[in-house]
Amino acid sequence: MTVNGWLQIAVFFALVLLTTKPLGKYMARVFEGRRTLLDPILVPVERLLYRMTGVQREDEMRWTEYGGAMLLFSLATMLLTYVIERAQHILPWNPQHLAGVTPALAWNTAVSFTTNTNWQSYVPEQTMSYLTQMLGLATHNFWSAATGIALAVAFIRGIARREMKTLGNFWVDLTRATLWVLLPISIVLALVLVSQGVIQNLRPYATAQILQPQTQTTTGPDGKPATATISTQTIAQGPAASQEAIKMLGTNGGGFFNANSAHPFENPTPFSNLLEMFAIFLIPAGLTATLGEMTGSPRHGWAVFAAMALLWFAGVFTCYWAESQPSPLVHGVEQRASLNQAGGNMEGKEVRFGIANSALFATVTTDASCGAVNSAHDSFTPLGGMVPMVNILLGEIVFGGVGAGLYGMLIFVIISVFIAGLMVGRTPEYLGKKIEAYDVQLAMLYLLIFPLIILCLSAISVLSPGFGLSALTNQGPHGLSEIFYAYTSATGNNGSAFAGLSANTRWYNITLGIAMFFGRFLMIVPMLAVAGNLVTKRRAPASVGTFPVTTPLFTALLTSVILIVGALTFVPALSLGPVLEHLMMHAGQVF
Amino acid sequence: MSTQVAFEPLIGSDTHSGKSRRSIMNAPIARRAAIDALRKLNPIAMMRNPVMFVVEVGSVLTTVLLISDLARRLPNTSFDLQITLWLWFTVLFANFAEAMAEGRGKAQADALRQAKSETIAYRIRFGVVEEVPSSRLRAEDLVRVSAGQMIPGDGEVVAGVASVDESAITGESAPVIREAGGDRSAVTGGTRVLSDEITVRITSNPGETFLDRMIALVEGAERQKTPNEIALNILLAGLTIIFLLAVVTLQPFALYSRAPQSIFVLVSLLVCLIPTTIGGLLSAIGIAGMDRLVQHNVLATSGRAVEAAGDVNTLLLDKTGTITIGNRQASEFIPAPGISNDRLADAAQLSSLPDETPEGRSIVILAKERYGLRGRELAQLNAVFVPFSATTRMSGIDLEGRSIRKGAADAIARYLREFGGGLPAEVQSVVEGIARSGGTPLVVAENGRALGVIHLKDIVKGGMRERFLQLRAMGIRTVMITGDNPLTAAAIAREAGVDDFLAEAKPKDKMDLIRREQSEGKLVAMTGDGTNDAPALAQADVGVAMNSGTQAAKEAGNMVDLDSNPTKLIEIVAIGKQLLMTRGALTTFSIANDVAKYFAIIPAMFAGAFPVLNALNIMHLRTPQSAILSAIIFNALIIVLLIPLALRGVKYRPSSAAAMLQRNLLIYGVGGVVIPFIGIKAIDLAITAIGLA
Repeated sequence: MTVNGWLQIAVFFALVLLTTKPLGKYMARVFEGRRTLLDPILVPVERLLYRMTGVQREDEMRWTEYGGAMLLFSLATMLLTYVIERAQHILPWNPQHLAGVTPALAWNTAVSFTTNTNWQSYVPEQTMSYLTQMLGLATHNFWSAATGIALAVAFIRGIARREMKTLGNFWVDLTRATLWVLLPISIVLALVLVSQGVIQNLRPYATAQILQPQTQTTTGPDGKPATATISTQTIAQGPAASQEAIKMLGTNGGGFFNANSAHPFENPTPFSNLLEMFAIFLIPAGLTATLGEMTGSPRHGWAVFAAMALLWFAGVFTCYWAESQPSPLVHGVEQRASLNQAGGNMEGKEVRFGIANSALFATVTTDASCGAVNSAHDSFTPLGGMVPMVNILLGEIVFGGVGAGLYGMLIFVIISVFIAGLMVGRTPEYLGKKIEAYDVQLAMLYLLIFPLIILCLSAISVLSPGFGLSALTNQGPHGLSEIFYAYTSATGNNGSAFAGLSANTRWYNITLGIAMFFGRFLMIVPMLAVAGNLVTKRRAPASVGTFPVTTPLFTALLTSVILIVGALTFVPALSLGPVLEHLMMHAGQVF
Repeated sequence: MSTQVAFEPLIGSDTHSGKSRRSIMNAPIARRAAIDALRKLNPIAMMRNPVMFVVEVGSVLTTVLLISDLARRLPNTSFDLQITLWLWFTVLFANFAEAMAEGRGKAQADALRQAKSETIAYRIRFGVVEEVPSSRLRAEDLVRVSAGQMIPGDGEVVAGVASVDESAITGESAPVIREAGGDRSAVTGGTRVLSDEITVRITSNPGETFLDRMIALVEGAERQKTPNEIALNILLAGLTIIFLLAVVTLQPFALYSRAPQSIFVLVSLLVCLIPTTIGGLLSAIGIAGMDRLVQHNVLATSGRAVEAAGDVNTLLLDKTGTITIGNRQASEFIPAPGISNDRLADAAQLSSLPDETPEGRSIVILAKERYGLRGRELAQLNAVFVPFSATTRMSGIDLEGRSIRKGAADAIARYLREFGGGLPAEVQSVVEGIARSGGTPLVVAENGRALGVIHLKDIVKGGMRERFLQLRAMGIRTVMITGDNPLTAAAIAREAGVDDFLAEAKPKDKMDLIRREQSEGKLVAMTGDGTNDAPALAQADVGVAMNSGTQAAKEAGNMVDLDSNPTKLIEIVAIGKQLLMTRGALTTFSIANDVAKYFAIIPAMFAGAFPVLNALNIMHLRTPQSAILSAIIFNALIIVLLIPLALRGVKYRPSSAAAMLQRNLLIYGVGGVVIPFIGIKAIDLAITAIGLA
């Protein structure tokens, strides 16, 4: 670890810290329907949209209606994407004449983008046409993010409102999140990224002559070695910048190119790298301030922010430390960082980012449910690679996906308040709202669905040599990590891949699709039900006798509950995966 | 049959005394609990407690496997046998905890049943008295009870007055007066009339009497899970399912890693991870909480009320009898200009001689103590007493040319105006000074001239100020209810240290105040005894009726204080809080324990296949077997070790929520992480030393 590395990490965090409050307050204004600077431009657009769709702004929805509208919207747009993928060969903007996508992959991808996962079982530049990328996928980057924000705002209303039945109007929240929050920031961010060299065009792929033609020897179908000389390289093109901005801002993470944010056309410079990481945390961090603002307890918003920041720091510290360690398998060689070498594990990392920015990116992208990558997580040291895995396993609540991170965190807040709230001698209450059997039941259901999907699907996969294990390229604990990571990433709607697993098979496409679908929508139902129940409750006034949710002690408590309840479930699996691999690596055995 | 029921636990109950600590774990109760623990193994009963039910299923599973292993004469079954035994012990220890908590209640119920034995009742029907067994009495029957007889059922005195020995219910040996009409008319079946004769209208049918309810309550027969207990049970069941998932899917991962595990080890891991400590002690905590209330001579009709007591935001306390000592007392005579002290004292005493109110008596006493004026016989004085009336709002005495009146300043002023005079300015300012200080000024006038002022003072009970301070520290607001004028009320409120007061309160005002507080989301507690308190008692979230009060009040409230002590409310709040805190503390402890158990069991499970995993064996447990056994033994023993804590409740000191949270998190959260490391290591050393593993 170097001072320079830590300095860059500090700059990143300072940016997040500085923008949290202004953005959070702005979002509170947007969703409370108060005046904002952008109103003169956006209000007419909003009115037009409502007139076209017949949405009544004042129509408030109960949680069931809100959830129903959200599901209807998601399913309809998911179907649209499926159809576009399947029919892309007969649709325009397909200069490479790419074929229609196969059913299993089309299902997997449609679910993936609808659920804000953006797991990619395919190589985009070889599979998806420009139209599919823009109309089928980029749109979901906006919609799934706006849906997440809307759900989080609905949950906040559940806490903030008293003795009401409704949580707001889904269509209005969706529209306002897109128009007021996502679009303006995306436009600015896309332009800045273009200034750094991110491409934006609709040209066919370019062909370049290789300076040093390469000779490759392969085994032909007849079993005899065949040689081929490669002298040209195809360079993919496309409208990358417009998708890149929302890919980060909406914590989507689906790369325009297969190499994702490691590709120089997506993430060319250290500055673009900083901006992309910052864009991931921007809205999730801001939402903590929105929580504080809308519930009338800004300090509670900061207490939640602090718990997230603590877990983020623990992750980045561990990851950076693990990646900076000298390899235990190399002896007699100078491995320390110097002007000539990065020092530590540079396998699978871009030289222009180095260890600090790769470790930070990996931590940030998995803390949030982004899943964009600028390095190969598969190539991380076992403990370094465990950090992204644990981040997702905690439920992606460390800032988390836009919206999803906050409501996931608030479920943990409810559990923490319930467990420890009793210790102040009152029946537990959260910001004055009593937490009763029904709330606990739903919160536990929310927490249960997540390990249920991950553990069951992973267990079935490791037990089936035919369709589960055959996709593995590595054995031993590393192979276990790869399968485990895939289901973790899908269920957590992260979308990053550990790689090493050839996931574009029928089994993985279908089951990972199921994991993504239920990992998002099945968990949203109990979450909304909690909000729908909380909103009906009275809010008892705070006194010195009420459970404090604004103190550092609360932050410490919340962090411990997340670690104990969230992570202990996965300790057995983790100890047979990365922990075992780490110990075996130090004993001289690698996989 | 003995009339004086031995009712030890209710008398002089003090939870902090050494005696009660012994009684938490006394031998006869423990013996009975041990047998009950076995009886509670019935799986249908166990299903009420999902955590312990899973442990029982695990125990059955390992037992079946063990028997089949023994039948096949497999070698090395000692470890499996020990695991199976400790799993059963875990279940039994939890059952034992519950049985212990019920034990004391059962002993009390036995004592109460003796009071409930059959007696002869003298029923009055159509003017004729007939003898019937008490069990055949129905509501609305009239019975006559004479000195020495047992009151045959709960009822209302409709005629007569009697002294009654209620020690069977309250444990208090001093007799109480019960009379027709007013707020002291309720009598309880099983109590004894000591003198005189009363006619009682029976108000309850057999099996529904107060005594029956009390027996059911202390015995826990009708114990319903309280709302918070249900919520906690759901949390624990949820955690159990999550850990069940983690353990069940561990076997496939183990198979992949070519290190399959035995069922014994997997069940051990599961039982160690699920929250058995709190799961095993949860119902004991609830029963013990109700029991602590009974020891304070308070009966709650539901556990819900006890939980609500912990949540109370606002306490409504009647001034008289609760905050101040019963009545106002004369403390000073302040003469008007030109009047001697003696003259004022003489007039004050004369006017008060026939006045039987406590205030009147206190004036006579003050005159005697301070001015040496002895009581005079009214008959000798040839005096005519003028009683207090609502129209004049004065009382006084007329005798040979002297006409003395005393009353409130405005009443006397009006009286003086009839003589063409008025209240001198000096007297007026004294009156205002007394009122401001919280006292009640009584002006004395003779023959149209104001003589001076009597200062009547409210005496605040000792120690109340400190208690209100504690309540404030806990975030509870106290509101004093009084019929006094606002000025007087404010002064007493200041002296007693209450947060707010309701002056000139009528029963409806009290009701409105409760509703207003509740509409702001607050929970309100109050005490009451009269029939006019009944609506407010019913409206309050915690309504404590005095046992000396009317039947209506007792039915409206959700608790009855057998000692009829209004300040008991403060203890009730503390008991409610302690109950919730104990649950929270043990839940936190139980979950925090899992960290150490993972460090014991995971390396033990896989160190055979992957020796490098021994790096995780940070406790340096001897062998994989000893590690797993130590964890499961710790898990079972901790339940037994925490039984006294569950029964007694965690230590409770009134303080702010933040301070309490910090203290309890440190003890039960951090302690919960650290203690099992020490405990498991110690057990490992012990069992390897004696060669069990």
